[in-house]
Amino acid sequence: MNKQMYSGAEILLKSLLKEGVEEIFGYPGGVVLPLYDALYMQNDIKHYLVRHEQAALHAAEGYARVSGKAGVAIVTSGPGACNTITGLANAYYDGTPLVLITGQVNSKLIGGDAFQEADIVGITRSCCKHNYLVKDVRDLARVVKEAFYIATTGKKGPVVIDIPVDVFNARYVFNYPKNVELLGYNPNYKGHPLQIQRALQTLFNAKRPVIISGGGVVASNSSKELTELATKLHIPVVHTLMGTGTYPDSLETSLGMMGMHGNYCANLTVSNADVIFAIGTRFSDRITGCLKTFARDAQVIHIDIDPCSISKNVKASIPIVGDIKNVLNTMLFELSKSHHKVNIELKDKWFKDIYEWKKKIAIPQKISGRLSAITVLEKIYEYTKKDEPIVATEVGQHQMWTAQNFKFNKPRKFVTSGGLGTMGFGFPAAMGAAVAKKDSYILNIAGDGSIQMNIQELMTCVDYKFKVINCIINNGYLGMVRQWQEKIYNKHYSQTKISSPDFVKLAESYGALGIRVEKEEDIIPSLKKAIEFKGPCLIDFVCENFEMVYPWVLAGEPIDRVLLSRKEC
Amino acid sequence: MGCSLVSHTISVLVSNEVGVLSRIVDLFSGRGYNIESLTVAPALDCIYSRVTIVTQADEDVIEQICKQLNRLIPVIKVANLSIGDAIEYEIGLLKVMVSDENRAEFMNIVAQASAVIMDVNEKVYTVKIDGDEKKVQTFAELVRPFGIKEFVRSGKVAITKSGQFSTFKKVREEFVKVD
Repeated sequence: MNKQMYSGAEILLKSLLKEGVEEIFGYPGGVVLPLYDALYMQNDIKHYLVRHEQAALHAAEGYARVSGKAGVAIVTSGPGACNTITGLANAYYDGTPLVLITGQVNSKLIGGDAFQEADIVGITRSCCKHNYLVKDVRDLARVVKEAFYIATTGKKGPVVIDIPVDVFNARYVFNYPKNVELLGYNPNYKGHPLQIQRALQTLFNAKRPVIISGGGVVASNSSKELTELATKLHIPVVHTLMGTGTYPDSLETSLGMMGMHGNYCANLTVSNADVIFAIGTRFSDRITGCLKTFARDAQVIHIDIDPCSISKNVKASIPIVGDIKNVLNTMLFELSKSHHKVNIELKDKWFKDIYEWKKKIAIPQKISGRLSAITVLEKIYEYTKKDEPIVATEVGQHQMWTAQNFKFNKPRKFVTSGGLGTMGFGFPAAMGAAVAKKDSYILNIAGDGSIQMNIQELMTCVDYKFKVINCIINNGYLGMVRQWQEKIYNKHYSQTKISSPDFVKLAESYGALGIRVEKEEDIIPSLKKAIEFKGPCLIDFVCENFEMVYPWVLAGEPIDRVLLSRKEC
Repeated sequence: MGCSLVSHTISVLVSNEVGVLSRIVDLFSGRGYNIESLTVAPALDCIYSRVTIVTQADEDVIEQICKQLNRLIPVIKVANLSIGDAIEYEIGLLKVMVSDENRAEFMNIVAQASAVIMDVNEKVYTVKIDGDEKKVQTFAELVRPFGIKEFVRSGKVAITKSGQFSTFKKVREEFVKVD
């Protein structure tokens, strides 16, 4: 036995390669020096240097959302690791597979308040799916294997591996395990056959059924199956914010987004349904509104890989724990075997109602003479739709306007922070998307508030020539908060008026392209210029200050109480 | 929530690894569940530990607690013992002030409750009482008039009755694993 010995740092990189990792995001520091040295000595893994650790996590998440693979980030101990918390929490909420490697002080110094020491396993415990502190180099390969397995199976999520500097330096053989043995972790893949039968029967007999498609459909790559089943059963589909693109918006039976800023039609359809078929959604408060009145008369069929999501907020009458793709395929198979003829007439009245509701849309708002954000977004969408670019967003009004005005026919095209609602997510996530999809430009729809939260990443984009086009809907306010203040807090615009730098000059100082747009006729030419530019752009759309997002259901109200304009109370 | 709070005893088999108890405790505090008592000790095979948690919650919340516990990677089995019949047991250790005048009365209570005197000096008797929660509590109330200097409780451990086994009862159809 004369096996070659490797350092812990080399073992880690070899393990990452075994997991198919080719691109990672990170930021070096004291205790990860051995790892960065090992990175320097190889060419298989490309490392992207960000300007802030939070951005490394969001970039890894953007990469994961677009590619479907786990995103990987490396940061140093203490402050480096602490800066990742928002990114971890965001990925945990939205079920994005990530593996984060954090450096740790020498294992013999842990607990002694060493320089740049932080209890990262303790701090990250509640914002990641699982975490490890590797104290022995012999455990390293196994832990990496387990981490990727946990991150990418079940309800996906981030896993943290904390590695002390002496473990990076220690030497051991490289022996990557073939299998994982985790007694306490066996995600259920197949739904229960009887439950699936019951679900199908219920859907056959439903007079007013609707499907709610959530982020789980993206995570399990089940858009095709969902579309097939919905078409065969003749059931309309609404989606949540995270389910955007799972059911083609081009189909007539697609009713768009539901929830707080969802379509009137989508919300009314869900509220009046007799059977709700919820697929891969947590029933967050942003889609249910008042829980007591939510879908009072409906039977709820709920598929989710995570048992915790079922009957947490909305009681499921037919719960199915399992992988969505697996369950939907079983349903399609059962459907093909059964002699049941889908009775289209049974749902005639239902579809008549739905198409009537579809006509009710938000009433256009009066604009002072400045650009309307909605017009800007419509124009961006119209001009770019032929390219089907990936669209990232930050969080706020612009995010909702994008969700409302952009049409998506494919999943993994819309990258947004759903559960945590992280301002500053979009720009670095767009960067990650640019790494995952190098043949096209990436749009990041931003607000003037959000873009300033991770603006430093302009430098990263310039360095790597990422074609990220930041469209800043600049209305001089933290618009979504201001909107609530206008309606609920007597127009007390407390700390929501926000100033911005000259974005054109700022872009230029970074070496990026900056364009200011104040007139409608300049929108398209600015996009043309941005798409032609070989690098990142900031387009500053100077917009009306007081435009509101409608439709709007006030927090805690029933979701069929939809406001369509300022006039309604 | 809050209408039908019932005490539940949840028995959790976990991998005996660093930090597993913190994960469980963090889960309870992070999600706003309360812990009435908690005992931890290695299982028969010491690569596992048994955690017994007593918590008060209504049915829906208990279901969430069990599901959330199950979601933790080092958690192998979760059993809600209050659903079936279980044997529950805890120990109380008390230091009680006893004088010449009331010694006979004290010894009488000890004998009736089958408590055991563990240690004695001139003024203080150290007594062990074991049994279910109610018995320990009742004994403490009985000797309280003598003057209790210290009272230590172990927290509850529990086991299903003979013939039943505390495997995670997959009662609900959704949990049934199909191969």
